[in-house]
Amino acid sequence: MADDEIVLADLNDEDLVAQMHDDLYDGMAPEIIEGTDILLSRGWGPEKVLNEALVEGMRIVGIDFRDGILFVPEVLLAANAMKGGMEILRPLLVETGAEPVGKVVIGTVKGDIHDIGKNLVAMMLEGAGFEVIDLGINTDAAQFLAALDEHKPDILGMSALLTTTMPYMKVVIDTLKELGRRNEQIVLVGGAPLNEEFGSAIGADAYCRDAAVAAETAKSLVQARRAQIRADALAV
Amino acid sequence: MTLTTAPALSAPCGTRPLVIACGALAGDLRAVLRANSLDAVVEVAYLPANLHNRPDRIVGEIRPLLVDALAAGRQVFVGYADCGTGGHLDALLAEHPGVQRMPGAHCYEFFAGSDQFAALHEEALGTLYLTDFLAKHFDALLWSGLGLDRAPELRDMYFGNYTRVVLLAQTDDPAVTARAIEAAHRLGLEFERRLVGRSGLDVVAVSIGKVNA
Repeated sequence: MADDEIVLADLNDEDLVAQMHDDLYDGMAPEIIEGTDILLSRGWGPEKVLNEALVEGMRIVGIDFRDGILFVPEVLLAANAMKGGMEILRPLLVETGAEPVGKVVIGTVKGDIHDIGKNLVAMMLEGAGFEVIDLGINTDAAQFLAALDEHKPDILGMSALLTTTMPYMKVVIDTLKELGRRNEQIVLVGGAPLNEEFGSAIGADAYCRDAAVAAETAKSLVQARRAQIRADALAV
Repeated sequence: MTLTTAPALSAPCGTRPLVIACGALAGDLRAVLRANSLDAVVEVAYLPANLHNRPDRIVGEIRPLLVDALAAGRQVFVGYADCGTGGHLDALLAEHPGVQRMPGAHCYEFFAGSDQFAALHEEALGTLYLTDFLAKHFDALLWSGLGLDRAPELRDMYFGNYTRVVLLAQTDDPAVTARAIEAAHRLGLEFERRLVGRSGLDVVAVSIGKVNA
């Protein structure tokens, strides 16, 4: 071992969490797994480890990605590292019996096989406390509808990387409108060639420019929707 | 930074039609312009080919060249397809009626032709397309551009849903084919080759030629 190598177990909680943020930023999966285990062994609850060590670390990664300091490869390495921690925490979070913040059905649209962004969003949503049903790639309207029927989610999330496939999001939204079901879910869209105007033009509730924004938007829109439902119920 | 073709032989640089093109097209576009005797008539400003990996920056790079050339009264053609700009390139061109771009979504589409490209897409959604240029510069633009030189473990995150590489060949060059095969091998994908030539770029010559005939 090199003299200057940091021994995670020797750090106090505050320093360890800060070190985990750095390790996540540098995409160091083994260190994230080790740090997660150490915090749990010190009596931290899985939700606290998730929020303070992993999600906060990914939030910092997301900011630097948005600002052009980090690029896709670095974000993927960070996500890989977070995944290592999530795999330890996931069963523990289930054991706590905590209610999910909400439920999301997500998929890459028909004709598109790109799932890096969608997977990052799914991971950040899970980190934010959502139950995520991931339909994978090349998902057509019928598959989205079947999943909405089966899972009754709060949110439908659609992703596309290609200019040629992003219009399919409108096909799905128009199908929901035709069936009179558009208001059953919050619809979030994202993907490299999209923008705010496109999201608005196709009738989505929000365009999310990155995974961190998607998680924040999902939380705030679900809260707003539930508040509205409560207000409506009181008004009746 | 842009690279431009050699100085004009027949007219001052500042008055000739300007083609603003992706650097990945440089060799093929030069050949097409030369074949149509337009190489001394047209100035070409090539933008860096690595914008392929940052399509969000393409429009910002094109805009000042386009605006300056139009202000100088020059004819302009944009040697890009949509190229991942998500319609932003079309929005820019809509501000400047009369300025055309390459047809389709990508260079793969205009090289292959829309029908063949649609058929290839239909055959296998998970197709990674290479042109001669991308095969020759696979290491710099794709492998390193995607960070795989530093983190080869990311390969399957990028290409796990892909099944094949198709080289849309501009030339019948065994060395280029060998490079494309090697690229497919490194990505763990099947390989196919279609010789599509350069005719997809004829639209540049037609567009410029029409005005200058």
